[in-house]
Amino acid sequence: MIWSIPLIAVLAALPAGAMAADARRDAILADYAAEARKADPAFMGFSAQRGESLFRSKWTGGDERTPSCTACHTDTPKMPGRNAKTGRPIEPVAVSVNPRRFTDREETDKHFVRDCKSVMGRDCTPLERGDYITFMGGQ
Amino acid sequence: MRIATLLASLLLAASPVLADDDRVQPIGDPLVRKECGSCHMAFQPAFLPARSWTRLMDGLANHFGDDATLPPDTAQAIRAYLTANAGDVVGGKHMRRLAPGSTPLRITETPNFTRKHAFPDTVWTDPKVVTKSNCPACHRGAEQGLYDDE
Repeated sequence: MIWSIPLIAVLAALPAGAMAADARRDAILADYAAEARKADPAFMGFSAQRGESLFRSKWTGGDERTPSCTACHTDTPKMPGRNAKTGRPIEPVAVSVNPRRFTDREETDKHFVRDCKSVMGRDCTPLERGDYITFMGGQ
Repeated sequence: MRIATLLASLLLAASPVLADDDRVQPIGDPLVRKECGSCHMAFQPAFLPARSWTRLMDGLANHFGDDATLPPDTAQAIRAYLTANAGDVVGGKHMRRLAPGSTPLRITETPNFTRKHAFPDTVWTDPKVVTKSNCPACHRGAEQGLYDDE
């Protein structure tokens, strides 16, 4: 029970509505934030709104079967999706219904590399990655 | 009679899983199941010869159009499993009709597959199927190596 007091302190320090927070996800976001700042010294933090726009945008340059994130994840991140190329079921991306999302750095990086290339035809920037996770963290 | 049935089912359970054309050894390695099953069903290695798995693992950066790159140690462990359990290593019927020396990369283009999947287009265009490699769309036990349902 020694850990209970610091845990309470951490929970109390969290903004309301962020109870799904996970230290591992925060660490991933902090890494992306550092990279985003390196790329642009004017970086002011991630935006759920930009993340949502990224999620819903139609792109060209990627695989024609996946012109947007929604092609596999559906328009509703809380819903299960399906890989548009393989038919494989996909667990929801919304953190509220799938708290394990974005908690493993290697997995997170791997899927951004794969999926960004598939949807946009290029890798995502650290800013885009952080925005996306921030959006999903609020879903 | 009951004992005979029981004995028969025990014998069946103990017989090699490759005895039947419609059953393959399920993937026993959790890493292979996880990584190969991340975007599609993790296909059992018995469906392709070792040389096919080697070529496939050599080309992960362009894996049927996707970048499926893995950390080198992960890729090495998967390569070792796939080649050690490949169709030409474990035996079974899946390699029987394969042209000698051919190196298919798609299981759906192997003679064993095409012979058993000569369906009208309407079967393949069914929205639940998406693609020929989506085995579990029709074979509900595919991940467990059971393909004997139709």
